[in-house]
Amino acid sequence: MDALIQRAHGCARAVICVHLHFLLKGGYKVVNKPTRRTDDIIGKDLWNIQLDDNGQLKHFLTIEGLGTNILNQILDTAESFAGVNESVKKVPLLRGKTIVNLFFEASTRTRTTFELAAKRLSADVLNMNISASATSKGETLLDTLRNLEAMQTDMFVVRHADSGTAHFIANHVAPHIRVLNAGDGRHAHPTQAMLDMFTIRRNKGADFGKLRVAIVGDIMHSRVARSQIHALNTLNTGEVRVVGPKTLIPKDIESMGVNVFHNLTDGIKDADVVIMLRLQKERMQGALLPSEQEYFQLYGLTEERFALAKPDAIVMHPGPINRGVEIESSVADGDRSVILDQVTYGIAVRMAVMSMTLGGNVGSNEAANHQETK
Amino acid sequence: MKNILIKNARVIDPKNQFDEITDVYISSRKIAGIGTAPENFNAQQTIEADKLWLIPGIVDLSARLREPGLEQKADIETETCAAASAGITTLCIPPDTDPVIDEPAVVELILRKAKLAKKSHVFTLGALTAKLKGERLSEMASLKDAGCVGVSNARNAINNPLILRRAFEYASTHNITVFIEPHDKHLSEGGCAHEGAIASRLGLNAIPYAAETAPIAQILELIRDTDIRVHFGRLSCARSIELINEAKACGLKVSADVAAHQLHLTEMDISSFNSQYHVIPPLRTQRDMEALRQGLAQGIISSICSDHQPHEIDAKLAPFPATEPGMSSIETLLPLTLKLVESGDLNLNTAIASITCNPARILGLNTGHLALGQAANLCLIDPEKEWTFSTDTMLSHGKNTAFSGWNFRGKVIKTLLEGRCIYSNE
Repeated sequence: MDALIQRAHGCARAVICVHLHFLLKGGYKVVNKPTRRTDDIIGKDLWNIQLDDNGQLKHFLTIEGLGTNILNQILDTAESFAGVNESVKKVPLLRGKTIVNLFFEASTRTRTTFELAAKRLSADVLNMNISASATSKGETLLDTLRNLEAMQTDMFVVRHADSGTAHFIANHVAPHIRVLNAGDGRHAHPTQAMLDMFTIRRNKGADFGKLRVAIVGDIMHSRVARSQIHALNTLNTGEVRVVGPKTLIPKDIESMGVNVFHNLTDGIKDADVVIMLRLQKERMQGALLPSEQEYFQLYGLTEERFALAKPDAIVMHPGPINRGVEIESSVADGDRSVILDQVTYGIAVRMAVMSMTLGGNVGSNEAANHQETK
Repeated sequence: MKNILIKNARVIDPKNQFDEITDVYISSRKIAGIGTAPENFNAQQTIEADKLWLIPGIVDLSARLREPGLEQKADIETETCAAASAGITTLCIPPDTDPVIDEPAVVELILRKAKLAKKSHVFTLGALTAKLKGERLSEMASLKDAGCVGVSNARNAINNPLILRRAFEYASTHNITVFIEPHDKHLSEGGCAHEGAIASRLGLNAIPYAAETAPIAQILELIRDTDIRVHFGRLSCARSIELINEAKACGLKVSADVAAHQLHLTEMDISSFNSQYHVIPPLRTQRDMEALRQGLAQGIISSICSDHQPHEIDAKLAPFPATEPGMSSIETLLPLTLKLVESGDLNLNTAIASITCNPARILGLNTGHLALGQAANLCLIDPEKEWTFSTDTMLSHGKNTAFSGWNFRGKVIKTLLEGRCIYSNE
């Protein structure tokens, strides 16, 4: 309980600090520059570029700044598509639309689920795998975009190693094109976070307020963790914890509304949901960790440790799993593991986001109707 | 040369502690009289300067003009024109041009080009080590003879403390000031934002305070008990100011400057991934910004520079971490400095000193003040003029500014270089 209160304080403090800062800066500059300035700072670009004039989702770049209503709308729409996946596999919602998977970073799994989602919505899909070396400069990135735009595409699904790429692209594409962030650097991976929320909701119910969620591992380099934290807090989760050694916890992460733990046994005590993150092997090189063995010893999720969480706790992992590094096989394959469910739900969630951004007024009802008429 | 009379200007000359409304007489490119006309003075041109300020021509400690090597971004002619429009008459180029300023020929090339442009007194810093590689010493004595006013390794840190120590000793042998942009390569590797809440939220590689403060602390220890003059440029952290202050108290000959944009922007400004705010050192916290302002007011930091870094448009057209750092800021040096007077952070005298006589003293130049017989490098300002800064009207070839749309009070009306009008806005 103390932790909950502490977190609430943390959240409030962060919000107040931010507002105070804007006030101070705004107050100081107001004399000279009335409105524009504040917009710049708050990042109108960052938060509002995703929504159209009616407050509907236009691009899906980050969870940050989206309201509970939008997140719930995504989850509800995904719920209706989850049915589609089981019985009839295809709906004609995006027939005639062209979606380009623009992947500047290698990924088979994520790209495949985006591709499947697009195909189940009857869209045409084009896969572009562009190695980072071919586009080391922004001008070629823009050139690539211009070329694809000229092919009358309707949506870019973008993955790139630089944080902020999805925003950059959304800021520069023609107005009718939608941008969906499939992972930008360490910044955001919003569809992954939403499929995680979907998984939690299916297993734990819609009331996130009673949940304690622990995210364990390399928070520093994880865009998944950042998006999960935003999503969990937007859905009013009771407590969000991050667990890891100091070398893998970014500075002032508390300001995002989490409690930080450096000890796994404390961190997962009484948790309802435990999310394990993948540990990249290259972390040993930058002197962030001594060895995989020591990491597993301290932060690996074993049966014994998982027993400290609530008896009905679930364990999640965005994949691919390093068995024996961050998680023991028996836990990953155990009764309380929902790791494969996450993969299945990923398609429904991505269908939801694609239909909401590209389908204009297509909402959960319409999708549900489709399902019924079939 | 014409005899010029500037009538009824408020003459502000911090170095000579002069601040009066009076007339200034210019003859043979020099200041021939202040208040009283020299004998047989016959004005061929009279500038009515009622309600205007007359200050010494501004001295900019660090401006990258991009020539030689990066002429697609800007060149000496375009940038000295921009400087003139901003009241700057003297500026200093760091040695990280291409080729590096590590031999007299490069110095001569730059000085010749600047002389042809006729818009500014341009000075250069020489490289502290050959090719800025931090391995061998540069020929500092020859560079000094060629006109370099100091030596620096720019932003290329010297990793080996022994080489650093010897470079200091050699520079000291020839009585050359060493200019340091404190920046640890390893601590800041791949970084593009201040290590704090915003970088953590945006998932940007972060640059910790220690990337600046650790090299400062190391250098201060290396130069203890010596009489080397070291200037620390472009400070961004509150702790750096404490370190400099402690060193001064111990009698070390150190000085410091700050880039004007660091006095007005913070890490919050990058929160929309706007690449115009991508600068190195990164924009830090509100607390640091306030400490920098205070450091100026208390004289711990004596100078404000532009840290001018013009870029072509493409350099900023990419995802934030992939963009090139730096701001085209030569035209905002004076407006941003005057804004600190308006906000009450600096008094007018300190503000003007920090962009005139103080940087001149650091560079070892007899300029930046208005004594009789001084070259007539002057800047006339209309202190009440309200205007909006805009990329549309920028003269610099680089339009990469974060201040487009900002309103300022106080604008340059005329700039005189050795009695010759190099900019006029009438």
